[in-house]
Amino acid sequence: MEDRKPNWLLTLFLLIISAPILIMYFWLFIDSISEINTDGLWPEHFTLRNWRFLYEDIDGHGNVWKATLNTAIFATSVVSIVVILSSTAGYALSRLRFPYRSQFLGFVLLLHSFPSVTLIISIFLMLRLIGLYDTLVGVILVKAALELPFGIWIMKGFYDTVPWEIEMAGLQDGASRFQVWYKLVLPQIMPGIAALAIFSFMAGWSEFVLPLILVPGSETKLLSVYLAGLMIDDYLSDFGLFKAVGLFYIMPVMIFYLFTQDKLMNIYGGGTKG
Amino acid sequence: MEIKLEKFSKSFGSVKVIEELDLTVGNGEMIALLGPSGCGKTTTLYAICGIHRVSAGRILFGDRDVTALPPQEKNVGVVFQSFALYPHLSIYENIAFPLRIRKEKNADIERKVREISATLYMEHLLERRPGQLSGGQQQRVALARALVRRPDILLMDEPLANLDASLRLEMRTEIRRIQQESGCTSILVTHDQVEAMSMCDRIALMNNGVIQQIGTPDDMYHQPRNKFIAGFIGNPPISFIDGAVENGQFTSQGMSFGLPDNLKKASLTSGQKVSVGIRPEHLQPGSENPVAGEVTFIESQGREILYDLKLGDGQMLRSIQSGARTCKLGDRVTWSINVNAVLFFDAQDERILPA
Repeated sequence: MEDRKPNWLLTLFLLIISAPILIMYFWLFIDSISEINTDGLWPEHFTLRNWRFLYEDIDGHGNVWKATLNTAIFATSVVSIVVILSSTAGYALSRLRFPYRSQFLGFVLLLHSFPSVTLIISIFLMLRLIGLYDTLVGVILVKAALELPFGIWIMKGFYDTVPWEIEMAGLQDGASRFQVWYKLVLPQIMPGIAALAIFSFMAGWSEFVLPLILVPGSETKLLSVYLAGLMIDDYLSDFGLFKAVGLFYIMPVMIFYLFTQDKLMNIYGGGTKG
Repeated sequence: MEIKLEKFSKSFGSVKVIEELDLTVGNGEMIALLGPSGCGKTTTLYAICGIHRVSAGRILFGDRDVTALPPQEKNVGVVFQSFALYPHLSIYENIAFPLRIRKEKNADIERKVREISATLYMEHLLERRPGQLSGGQQQRVALARALVRRPDILLMDEPLANLDASLRLEMRTEIRRIQQESGCTSILVTHDQVEAMSMCDRIALMNNGVIQQIGTPDDMYHQPRNKFIAGFIGNPPISFIDGAVENGQFTSQGMSFGLPDNLKKASLTSGQKVSVGIRPEHLQPGSENPVAGEVTFIESQGREILYDLKLGDGQMLRSIQSGARTCKLGDRVTWSINVNAVLFFDAQDERILPA
C-alpha cells in the first residue's frame, strides 16, 4: 500500500479549485427545497413543494416516473447493444484477418467524427420510413449506432493488449476459438468492458437531442426531454421545480459515477492491471 | 510417439520461410531445434502443434497424418516462451484448464492436477495467481499445464529464455528429468547451444529455414558438416583462418602447418583455397606446429583464461587455457596447434572430410 497519510495541502488545493462546482451543486440542492425569491440570491422558507412532480403530474408534461422508466430502458438498452457489439467487433478487428480490415477500422473512426446533430434529419426520415419514429426501439438503435464506433475502438485497444500466446495456449489446450474468446480473452478485458458500460450508460442517460426529435410523444418521453419541456413552458416559470427535476435527473449519474470512477480511469490507462 | 516431417514447407504470403524440411524425432526422444533468430525454428514448432497451417508437405505423428488437423485435435502440449499462463485463473485452474475443456470429472481433474504438481514440486502454489509467482514457478506451471493431459508430444519454445541465469541451470535439469520420466517425445526450440547440448538427445541445427545437420551434441561439435555449424556450435567460438593448400602444407600469410595424415589423401589439390577452423582448446602452449602472434585480449573466466591471438596478417585465433596466466596483454607468444583436430572447409564452406 502507498502512504495513506492525508496530504492536507493537496486536499486544500483540490478543494479550492473544485469549490465552484461543489458550491453550484450545493446551491442547486438548497434551492430545490426552498422558496425562491426571484430577485434575490438567498433562499427563504423551507418547502418540499418543488418536489411535487414526484407524486403529481405537472400539467401537460406527463408522468415523471414514466419518463424515468423510459430513460432507464433507453440507457440500459444502449449499454447492452454497445457492449455486446463492441466486444465482439473489437475482437474481430484486433485478431482476425479479413479483407479490408484496416479500411474498415478507418471507416469506423470516420463515423465517430460526425456530430449526431448533422445526421438528425436523415435519421428522422429513415425512422419515419421504417416505422420506428416515436418508438423507444428506434431511438435506442440510433443512439447505440452512434456510440458504437467509440466502443469498438476502445475494445479493440483493450484486445490488442492481450498477448497472442494466451490464445495459442488456449487452442493448444483444446479450446475452440469461441471458448478461447469467452473463457480466456474476455476476462482479461473486463476493466475495459466495465468502463465502456459506464460510459455508454452515462451517454445514454444524458442524451437530449436524439430523443427530443425522434421520440416527442408523451408515452416515450425521456427525462432530459421532460426537463427541457418544463423549462420552455411559457405558463410555468417555477425555478424551484426546474431545479428539483434537474437534481432528480442527475442523481443516478452522480451516484453511479461515485462508485465507478476508478473503473472509468481504466479506459485511459488501457488494459489489465496485476 | 514418433514425429515425422516430410518435405514440410511454410511460406507467409510470398516469403518462403521453410522449404522441404525433413525431420524424424524418435519415440521418447528429445530433440533441439537450434538456430539463430529468424531461422524458422519457431515456425516449424507452430506448424507441428497446428497453430500455423502447413503450406506443403506432411506431418505425421506415428502413422497418423496430422498435417491438416487443427491444434484442438492433436494431443500436443506446448510451453510458450512467455509461459502464456491465464492471469485471471488460479494456478490450480490454469493446470486444470485442458482437462475442463475435455469435460473430465472433477474428481479426476483434482487427482491429475495434484499428481502433476507433486512431480513438479509446486503443490503449495495451487491457490495463487500467475501474477504472484516468480519466473521459475511460472515456468513450472506452464510445464504442468502442458503435461497434465498426458500429451503425445511436448513442444517447448525457448522455455528458459525468460529466466535468470541460475534458474535456467536448475530448470534445464528439471525439464530433462520430467521429459525422461514421462517418456514424452519432445522438441525444444532454442537459440542457446548450451541449452540444446545439455538437454537434448539430438540437435537439429537450422539456418535460413534449412536443417544444416542433425546429430548428437558430440557429433555436432566434433564433426560439423559445414562452416556455419562449426561456427555456431562451441563456446567460446571456433576461429577461422583463410589460406591455401600448397605441397602438403596449409599456408596463410600468418601461419602454416603440415596437413594431418588423414587429410593428405583427401581430395585436396595444390593451390586450393581453404579455410581452417581451430577451436580454442586446440591452441595451447607448446612447440609442435607453432604459430606466432601478439596477445590482444585476455578474459579470465575463473577456471580458464581466454586469449585472443593476432597473427602477422591480422587474422585472429582464440585460445582457452586452464591454469595460471602465462602472458600479458601485448606479449608476443608462440603456441602450438593440435593439427589433428583442425577442421578444413572448402571455398563453398563445406567441410573437407578426411579420406
